[in-house]
Amino acid sequence: MKARPHLDSVLAAARQLIIPSLAVLSAFVAGAVVVAAAGFNPVQTFAALLDGAFGSGINFTETLVKSTPYLFTGLGVAIAFRSRSFNIGAEGQFYMGALAVSWLGVAITGLPSFILIPLLLAAAFVAGGAYGAIPGYLKAKVGASEIVTTVMMNSIAVQIVSWIIKGPLQEPRHFYPETAEIVNAAKLPVLVPGTRLHLGLVIGLAMAVAAYILIFKTVLGFQIRAVGSGALAAEYAGINVRRNVVLAMAISGGLAGMGGAVELLGVTWKLYSNFSPGYGYSAIAVALLAKRNPLAVILTSLLFGALATGANNMQRAAEVPAMLASVMQALVIFFVLGYAVYEDRFARYWAERKPRDRGPHAAAAGKEAAGSNA
Amino acid sequence: MVPLYALETRGITKRFGALIANDQIDLTVKPGEVLSLLGENGAGKTTLMNILYGLLRPDEGQILVGGRPVEFRSPRQAIDLGVGMVHQHFMLIPAFSVAENVVLGMRKKTGAVISRTRLRSSIREFSHRYNFDLDPDARVGDLPVGLQQRVEILKSLYRGAQILILDEPTAVLTPQETGDLFRVIRHLQGEGKSVIFISHKLNEVMEISQRVTVLRLGKVQGTVETSATSPAELAKMMIGRDLAAPSSPRTGGYTGPTLSLQGLTVRREGKEACSGISLDVWGGEVLGIAGVDGNGQNELVEAILGTAPVASGRVILDGRDITGKGPARAIDAGLALVPEDRQTRGLIMDFSIAENLILESHRAAPFRRGFFIDEAQVNRFAAGMIQTFDIRSGGGASAPASSLSGGNQQKVVLAREISREPKVLVVMKPTRGLDVGATEYVHRRLLEERAKGKAILLVSSELEEIKGLSDRIAVMHRGAVTGLVWPDVSEEDLGQLMTGAKTMLSALGPRGGGEQ
Repeated sequence: MKARPHLDSVLAAARQLIIPSLAVLSAFVAGAVVVAAAGFNPVQTFAALLDGAFGSGINFTETLVKSTPYLFTGLGVAIAFRSRSFNIGAEGQFYMGALAVSWLGVAITGLPSFILIPLLLAAAFVAGGAYGAIPGYLKAKVGASEIVTTVMMNSIAVQIVSWIIKGPLQEPRHFYPETAEIVNAAKLPVLVPGTRLHLGLVIGLAMAVAAYILIFKTVLGFQIRAVGSGALAAEYAGINVRRNVVLAMAISGGLAGMGGAVELLGVTWKLYSNFSPGYGYSAIAVALLAKRNPLAVILTSLLFGALATGANNMQRAAEVPAMLASVMQALVIFFVLGYAVYEDRFARYWAERKPRDRGPHAAAAGKEAAGSNA
Repeated sequence: MVPLYALETRGITKRFGALIANDQIDLTVKPGEVLSLLGENGAGKTTLMNILYGLLRPDEGQILVGGRPVEFRSPRQAIDLGVGMVHQHFMLIPAFSVAENVVLGMRKKTGAVISRTRLRSSIREFSHRYNFDLDPDARVGDLPVGLQQRVEILKSLYRGAQILILDEPTAVLTPQETGDLFRVIRHLQGEGKSVIFISHKLNEVMEISQRVTVLRLGKVQGTVETSATSPAELAKMMIGRDLAAPSSPRTGGYTGPTLSLQGLTVRREGKEACSGISLDVWGGEVLGIAGVDGNGQNELVEAILGTAPVASGRVILDGRDITGKGPARAIDAGLALVPEDRQTRGLIMDFSIAENLILESHRAAPFRRGFFIDEAQVNRFAAGMIQTFDIRSGGGASAPASSLSGGNQQKVVLAREISREPKVLVVMKPTRGLDVGATEYVHRRLLEERAKGKAILLVSSELEEIKGLSDRIAVMHRGAVTGLVWPDVSEEDLGQLMTGAKTMLSALGPRGGGEQ
């Protein structure tokens, strides 16, 4: 008796993977056509891509390093999407988190790593969270579209950073447009000697688990999901819709901000222009491909990390411009959104294969309703 | 030569997956005849009508119009062959005039340039011919529902419909408007046009049609001459057993006003949606609110819940002032609400049955444990509710609400609201879209709650439901209470109260309750 629902949920989870996998596969097929049209050998190109991403120990750790910022921003976007807030602002929130630690990581001296690092991450969470809460508040209070406000706030964040790295926080010699290097105690420890793989990945994985628990096991997560799936019913049930929208946006921004901090503390050690190659934007695809499930974000961020590292190798080995990797990313997004259309039909197909024993009459009522809506 | 049947179907069968929505349907309509199509929700009426109107294609069977086999691939082909349909929800553009709505989407008669004067005069002619009393220049959005329906009918007639399908046409009408509609139908009949009248209201079917075809579970149960049958016989054919009359055991007494609305005025978008409403709902009584949809009922309920802005007046629940305090406070004070639209306001369709059952109560023990939700408690509770309320779910408590039939969805809402042991139960159109069996169940549950001393406010536009369940009836028209009457009020009076033609305040407190 007990094993059965378990098996069912495993099967259900497996079915969830079919559409995203098809999307990725289709993206590669379409990508092959593009590569061939550009005059390259698709087999060679993809071999180089795969080799670059997973071909050796060092390549694989590089993939993991590249995946880490996608993981944080992807988690953030996934949580906002759960409340039906389309946070397009992970990019700006990522920058705000990085900005906070680029300052505090230089300013605070004399603290040991095990105190300083959590402190910096918390500061980044607060900075990104506040930056996400502003559009959340505007949405809740006056109904301003968060899609518009978050995009605008991305531009503001980028402009603030480009001013600050030439102004108040410019490195002491005032020569390069970048901040000073953070103190050694603030740098994230390397996990595997001889690689760049740093503790940020572990923190990210822990955050994915925490986000999963938050969304599916807590009162707050229940309310966020309720607001996202049925705002009117949630409101009627006495759930404070505005408060939950603001909170979801704040947590979302906080995670993106932490991502910026982890990238800075683990990889770059300082802040400069184009610090993010668009992690916050790709995060939207990472979250959608994962169907807003925090645990699945682990897999989808790995895919995006692999595309990024693989692209470099593709350029070196197959002499295919790295731009084609961007084309691949775009194709993945395109197909994910495209297949979403088929998702409902697919779900219906499975529902019909496993008819529920609610009697032909009740089923007929459902059908009739469905028919008349069409 | 005139063919025997204006429209005929032979062996129409339509399957959705494993389900047979229409099973070998034979149906005939004679020229100049009104045929009623009677059946519960889910009996296959809508599927059949969508096939006749070209929206769905049958898997098997044949449709004959005027004795010739035809095949509809789209509604346009259906209308070209003279089959017109008036949907339950009108397909009109409110901002357009009557004339514009009538010609909208027509190709043949108009050409590229529409001559407005010619159009107006021809529509006026049509309107006059059928006694429609329609001004071609009136904005459709400004017209009452009864006249909007006539615009729909006019649309079909203007396109040359010989056979008119009316899908639950009286659901949105007052008794007077229904009478007007029946006069129109008889006029059409006199011109030799055929009408298929879809309804589940037995008295209307008896009044207007010559023959009745009854559908049940996708099959034709039989076709009878109206003159040779009775409502009881039709009901039996429709549900397969005798219909139990809603009984209202009067056990408890009245316990005094539990919900008290004092001069409640609600303004929305600059308009006064509710004007100075004062009503007391006593413990142990059902106070019915009758009225045509859109006369302030929704705003009244939202004001009680605390989601609509209250301009003045107060809402007192069990001695506590909850005016404008929001749903959470109202719920905590003892309010339960079964909203009209269960799919967007009553339930979260993506959520499981268990999650929907704790939508309100998750905030406190035993379901809340610190930051977390105690899943074991939730599952135990859900399993109990599924049993107590006989919620039929193939997937158990973890199945999404969207997988349930309408009746079972409503049971989830009822289970959630009743299980919280509220003091006041506000119920809006609780049986809308439910079949007869589920309707009986919902009514029985409500009367049980009344017997337990709960104050029940029942908002419905189904007069039968209101009269059958209520101890007193309040009638709303344009945001004001025009009547406070006993349930034995005549339909005539009720209709006049609903249109604001008169005012009648006789039932100020429940019978025998005033002397307490």
